Formats: sequence, C-alpha cells, structure tokens
Amino acid sequence: MEYEIVIGMEIHIELGTKTKIFCSCPTEFGQDENTHTCPVCLGMPGVLPVLNEKVVEYATRAGLALNCEIAHFSKMDRKNYFYPDLPKAYQTSQFDLPICTGGVVGIEVDRVKKDIGITRIHIEEDAGKLLHESADGTLLDVNRCGVPLIEIVTEPDLRSAEEARAFAEKVRNILEYTGVSDCKMEQGSMRFDVNLSIREKGCEVLGTRTEMKNLNSFRALIRAVQYESKRQIIEIKKGHTIIQETRKWDDTKGSSSSLRSKEEAHDYRYFPEPDLVPIVLEPAYIEKIKSELPELPEAKKKRYIDEYKLPEYDAGVLTTTGVTARFFEEAVALYNEPKQISNWMMVEIPPLLKENELSMENISITPAQLVALLKLVKNNEISGNTGKEVLKEMFSTGKNPGDIVKEKGLAQMSDAGELEAIIEKIVSDNPKSVEDIGAGNDKAYGFLTGQVMKATKGKANAQVANEIIRAVVAKHLA
Amino acid sequence: MELSQKTIHQINDLLDKKEVTVTEVTQAVVNRINAVEKATDAYLSLQTETALEAAQALDAELSGRAKKTPLEGIPYGLKDNMCTKGILTTCASKMLYNFNPPYNAEVYDRLSEDGGILLGKTNMDEFAMGSSTENSAYKKTRNPWDLNKVPGGSSGGSAVAVAADTAFYTLGSDTGGSIRQPASFCGVVGMKPTYGLVSRYGLVAFASSLDQIGPFTKDVEDCALVLNAIVGHDAKDSTSLNLKKIDYSQNLKQGVKGLKIGVAKEFFGEGLQPEVRKSLEDAIAIYKTLGASIVDVSFQHLDYALSAYYMISSAEASSNLARYDGIRYGFRAEEYSDLVDLYKKTRSQGFGDEVKRRIMLGTYALSSGYYDAYYKKAMQVRTIIKADFDQVFGGCDVLLTPTAPTTAFGIGEKTSNPLEMYLTDIYTVPVNIAGIPGVSIPCGLDNNGMPIGMQLLGPILSEETLLKTAWAFEHESGLTNLKAPLGTEV
Repeated sequence: MEYEIVIGMEIHIELGTKTKIFCSCPTEFGQDENTHTCPVCLGMPGVLPVLNEKVVEYATRAGLALNCEIAHFSKMDRKNYFYPDLPKAYQTSQFDLPICTGGVVGIEVDRVKKDIGITRIHIEEDAGKLLHESADGTLLDVNRCGVPLIEIVTEPDLRSAEEARAFAEKVRNILEYTGVSDCKMEQGSMRFDVNLSIREKGCEVLGTRTEMKNLNSFRALIRAVQYESKRQIIEIKKGHTIIQETRKWDDTKGSSSSLRSKEEAHDYRYFPEPDLVPIVLEPAYIEKIKSELPELPEAKKKRYIDEYKLPEYDAGVLTTTGVTARFFEEAVALYNEPKQISNWMMVEIPPLLKENELSMENISITPAQLVALLKLVKNNEISGNTGKEVLKEMFSTGKNPGDIVKEKGLAQMSDAGELEAIIEKIVSDNPKSVEDIGAGNDKAYGFLTGQVMKATKGKANAQVANEIIRAVVAKHLA
Repeated sequence: MELSQKTIHQINDLLDKKEVTVTEVTQAVVNRINAVEKATDAYLSLQTETALEAAQALDAELSGRAKKTPLEGIPYGLKDNMCTKGILTTCASKMLYNFNPPYNAEVYDRLSEDGGILLGKTNMDEFAMGSSTENSAYKKTRNPWDLNKVPGGSSGGSAVAVAADTAFYTLGSDTGGSIRQPASFCGVVGMKPTYGLVSRYGLVAFASSLDQIGPFTKDVEDCALVLNAIVGHDAKDSTSLNLKKIDYSQNLKQGVKGLKIGVAKEFFGEGLQPEVRKSLEDAIAIYKTLGASIVDVSFQHLDYALSAYYMISSAEASSNLARYDGIRYGFRAEEYSDLVDLYKKTRSQGFGDEVKRRIMLGTYALSSGYYDAYYKKAMQVRTIIKADFDQVFGGCDVLLTPTAPTTAFGIGEKTSNPLEMYLTDIYTVPVNIAGIPGVSIPCGLDNNGMPIGMQLLGPILSEETLLKTAWAFEHESGLTNLKAPLGTEV
C-alpha cells in the first residue's frame, strides 16, 4: 500500500513595526525583561486598544505579496483563554473576517513546480513569555505581549517535508523582501504549526490530522514532519486509528508527544472585539500599497538572468534574501561587471561572513568598497589572490581596499623597467634553466616565473613578467 | 439654603461675585459629608483633606484671575470604576481591593484639567452589575429619601452623593440604566450620552459595547455644564466619536414649542406603579401646555431587548473580567495547589455572586454550539431594536417614558430574585442596546414620598434636544434640586 502525506501549515510572523499593535511600546527584541510595557499591553483594568495603522499596512503588503485578496471590510475578534502569558485572558485576533484570503505561492522541489494555496492571513497580537528556569518559580516577561503578528494559513496542499520546507523558505524570502518582517527564526519572528494526516494514495478524503505547534526552525519543521508522518503510517499499518490531537515537538529528543486531545481542546469563545472598530480599506489604499510593493524574488531572479546575463544558479543565490540582492544591485550600479561581482559575492564573501560571525544584514563592508576592490583586480593593480587577502583585511578593519594595498605595499609590479632588472638578475643566476629551455624543456619557464614572484613577494604582474622572461631568455640563448 | 445644597450654576454666581470662596464651598460639602455620610454610605473612599488643600490653593490663584471653566473649584465625586492615579479604584469588588491604577480615566483627566475638586470615589454594584448597589463587596448605600430603601444601581453611590448634597455633581457609568435608574430613585438628574460621546478610557469595562459615562446633577442646567466638560474625542478610545464640540448650555432654555414628543404604549405595560403612570400623564399634560405636540408611537420588538441585553452584556463581561486571575494585581487566593487551582480559588473568592452569575451566563452564551442560538441571536435582536428606534424617531423628536417601572424598593427586597431585579431595568436597557442618549429627571413623588423619574430619549447625538426638553419641564413644574427629607443639621 502506498501512502500520501497531507500537510497544511500555519505560519506566525512577527511584523517589523516599530511599535506594538495596540500601544506605542517598542517591539525591539532582546531588551531587559518587562521594560517594554504599559497599562495597555499589560491589559490593566479600563485601558483600551488602538490599532496600529502600520500593522494593517504591513498585513496588506504581505497579503498582496502572497497573491491574496485584501478584504475591504474585516474586523478584530477576541479569542478567550486563560494563561499567565496572556494578561487580558484573550488574544485579540481575527476570526471569521480576516484581512486577506485566497492566496497562492509557487514552490519548486526536485525541478517540479507546484502552487500552494493560502487560505487566509489574519492579524493578531503575540503573547508574553514564561521563563520556567528560575528557582523562584515561573517568571513572566511581557515585553512580547502585543507585538503584532500575522498568521498565514495554507490549504492542505503540501505532500512532503521537502515541500513544507520549500514553502516556508519561499514565504520567508517573500516577506523579508517586502520588509514586513525580518523573519528571524532564532528570535521567534517566524514560527510554524503543522497539520499533518496520512491517506492512501489516490484517496480523495483527508485522514485524521494531528497538529504540531511552535516549530521554530527549518530543521525542526523537516524533522517534525518526517517523524510525525512515519509515526502515523506505523499506526495505520498496525491497524490503529489516528487520534485528532495537538502534539508537542521536542527538538532535542527528536520526537513528539501528545499535548491535548480534541476533547481537551480549548473552546476559545470567539466574539467581535467591541473595543475596536472594523477595518475598512478603500480600494485606492490597497492599490497604493500594491504599487509600492518591491520587486519580488521570482521577478528579480528572472531579471538578473535577462539583464545581467547571469547563470540561473547565480541569480538564484543572489536573490535568496532581499539584503543580498540589494547589496548586489548597489554594486552593479557602481560597476557594470555583474558576473565578477556575483563570483566574489558567492565564493569569497560567505566564508568571511562566517569567520567574522556576521551576516549579509550586518556585513562590515559596503558595496562601494567591494567594487573598489574588484576594480583593482580587474585593472591588474593587484592579483586575484592578493584581492582575497585584501578582502579579508577589509572585513576585519573596515578599511578601503586602496588604503590596504598602499599600506601593505601590495600593488602589482607592472613597470617593465623595474621588472627587467630583477628578471635579468634571476636569469643570469639560473643558467641551468636557460639551458633546459634551449633544450626544449618549457617547464623551466615556470621555475623562473616562480623565482620572480618570490623575489617580488608575489607583486609582479604575472603576464608582464612572463613576457619579459621570454625576451630575456631569448637574449641569453642567442 | 446651605451652600452644599446649591447647584453648580448657583455656586458659580456666588464665586463670580466673590461672595464665597472655593474653600468655603468645599468646606460646606465636607461638613455635609461629615454629617450625613454615615447614614447614606455613598462613598467608598474620601479625600476631603486633599480636596480642602486644593480648594485653598485655587482660592489663592482666583484672587488674581477669573474662573477658567464652570467646573473649576466645584467639588465632585467619581464612581469607583473610573481609574484615578494613586487613588484606590476597586469597582466595589474584593477582586480589586488594593488596586491603585498607574493611570487616569480620560474623564478624570478632563475634570482635573478643568479645575474640578475630587471629593472621593462612590459606591456601586460590583463591576457595575446590579440595580440596587447591594452587590457592593464593601457597603450598602442607602436612599436619602428613605434610608430603608435602595438608591438604585449600579451607580447608586453617585446618585446618593448628589441627592444628599455630599457632592455638587458626580459621574456614573450606564450599561443598561446604571445612571438613569438610580437618578430616578434618588430624585436627581442623570444622563447617559450617545455611545462614543464620552471617552471610556480608564473606565473599568463591564460590557464594552454598551458602557457609557455620564453625569448626575441637581438640575438640568448643571447637567449641560458637566456634559460640556466630559464630551469630546479621545484618540485613546477607538469607539470615541470625533465631532465638533457643541455648548449644551447655549440653547437650553429655548422651550419645546412645536416639538413632537412620542409616547409608546410598550413603555407603559404591566408592572408599572400607578403613581408612576399618573406622574407621567401629568408631565405629558405640562408638555402640551408648553406647546409640544404629543404623538403616539409604537415599537415592534421591544419585548426582546431585555433578553438580548443580558446575553450581550454578560458575554462581553465574561471576557472583560477574565483578566482578574490573581496573577498580576488585585486579590489572589492565599492557598492553591497549581495554576488552575490559583485561577479557580482566586475567582471564586474574589468575585461576588452576581458577577459570577453573569460570567457563567456570558461564558455559556459564547460557547461553541450555543453561540448561534444566544450571542449571535442577541446581536441580531440588537440590530432590530436599533431599527425600531429609528422608525419611532421618524415620527417624533423625543420619546417620553418612565425611567423605571417603580420607585425605589426596599433594601433586601429583590436580592433573592435576580430576575425580578433585572426587570427594574426594562425601560432603560433598550437605550444602551440602540446606543442612543437618554436622560432621567424627577417628575413627582409617589404616595410614600419617593421620587419618580421620567426618561426622555432621542436619536443618536440628540443630547441638546433632550436637555432642552428636560429643562422646559423642570422649569415649568418646579421639580428641581429636590431635597430629600434627610437631616440637614451640620
């Protein structure tokens, strides 16, 4: 019997607005506990929420980038449940009238292209964080309370861990491009819930699903899907029925366990949030945001191939993230050598980022500095190998390549007169090589070139040096 | 007449002529509080010392300038569900016995800005749920017209403070009649403005879509003055209306000639006390002599308003009051075994019976499987009731009704029968459902000498018309600044 895995995802994304969804507290990550709070995000008695307009704008932008319909009329609802990280004892969210519906995202796995349907995207607020580590009992950090989120809900269109990953990466890629979120998984800006069921291949009816919550890395996503699909298939093969339940993924153990069954599921008692007015968006508002959308990854990749004549592989790598693409485009604008820039960005920069514990977001060199370096190489003022050393120096000191070359005396010797004197001496000191060449052994040229490089500490322009060597040797043989 | 017995506008005349000082005025009310508060128990907390200090400081300023606003230097009280920074705000609940808000209600900020002098926080039904102020966790407020009777509720303390001259005015909140019904029981003027006219920021929520703050005053002219001070857009309240400000005092005395006053039989049904009916008929006659025309109007669906109200208000309350969990502030049960036990014990011990009853009712109404039958249906009824009012106001400018079916009842009389208690709000509740304004003014006394209230209703934002209509009756009937037969010795 052949089985098919059916997956639907819910992706929570923290929006990158400066302030929270209902108050003016900052959303900044990693600050001291309980410093970014006020009576509103603490849900104290009598306070009222005011919806941050930027949240609506960002959610609209995200929806448009994911090819959704934007609702002209949507509203906020209350999702009621008790938990200490939820000060109001309800999460302000959207229930039956979300801001975006019916989107689609194209993915590609093993050269097979596929469209994944997006059911809806809604706006909601994040909860606080419980810190269980303390000896004083459980502590509560409310800084995250009221940080704006969007939740993206897909159709059950995904069929494998690889597709789930490809979809998640694509969504991250698109949202990072549009600037609505930094999608930093290590900071919890992007989290996945997975609904998974198994059915016989060809069967139209969906099997009973389980839900795994709060997977916060691509690795966890893949492993959880693999584990859960295997578990369900084994259960079915044993003749057991799958129980509809919420499961908790333990990334350390690499396994999941039951959290609560359907019977124990919360009744959230959703109802319209009476403290907020409906969100009414004029068509002109939606059109304006649409017109301001940046070029999205797919379009950009195509343009890199057409306009810059880059190989598909290069175009793909350079458009993986918005910051990488922006860096590339700034460099190309200054210096029209796309392939040279691409090579250096794909080959030389990544190891240096790793070495310096940096990323493209906080890279220590500017596109202009990279361009200056590449021009020195192109004009033979330094060799490619020297260029790599200079780049390393640029990463650690932030200095301009020209200055580094000058300070360290790394400029290539292309001056024929200067080189001729050196070469004359080397050729005179190595009569054996001249003899070998005379006997038809051209390998000896290589030895002589090596000697020249040694004498000039590698600064000799190899091409110029070779020409002079040949001329001098010819003179000696004559 | 003692200073404490005067209205705001009478005090303002004296202050303008420099015949009295703010300190004298404040001292007069403080003396009155000292004399009668023990009998009425209108206040949950008092800051008379601070009030007197503020009065003295203001007098020093006023020697060099005129008053900035009509409420400058006028002592007042706030219902204890409006947040006051540094002053306990308990909602008359054990749950918030120690709650000191680090922020102010918008109305308190506005009154402070206007130079008002806060005397104290007034008693109420716990979290504003009730019709007699008997649901306070702290004390029973008594009706100054008969100390064995309730003052009405939930803003009973605010009504009594004005009726007993222990404040020149107070603010209350009205979710289903909590200003108008106690105003009626205590013989004072009480107004619930249009939903959204007064900011709810800092008003501890009972039912967010129904709650509205409004004034209690000794006469209609004062009501306009207080309304002028508290209305206006507040960016902190998303449901606050953003409108051009108007002066409610300006056209107050224009009269009612040509005004169409509607009377609907649905408001004169079963259970209406005969004296209340008689009193309203007299009022109708007075309006006729003043040149208003009386028209018969009728409602189609008013019968459903009370049920819909209890569904919607309880549903919202169940959510609004969920935050009182003993985790961050307020009461926490002393002993508990785990988190769920902490929630259960804290909420079981911290809330009173009526609050728990409404939380359970509301939770049930919102539960999956019951939502459509209860909450959703109630919201549909709400739409129909609004349409009913729209149709009625198509045929008249103002609707005249009793505020409550009876005058004040005895303390303890209805506490064992919640449904009977709920019925006392039958004429006030539809107004909140529709979001329209309403004012209750005294229109007579019953055979036992208890005040009778007349309710005037109008379409959205008709406050100016309502006050004009109320003033015309008050002026003609002389039923103004009534004095309860409470010992006035000071």
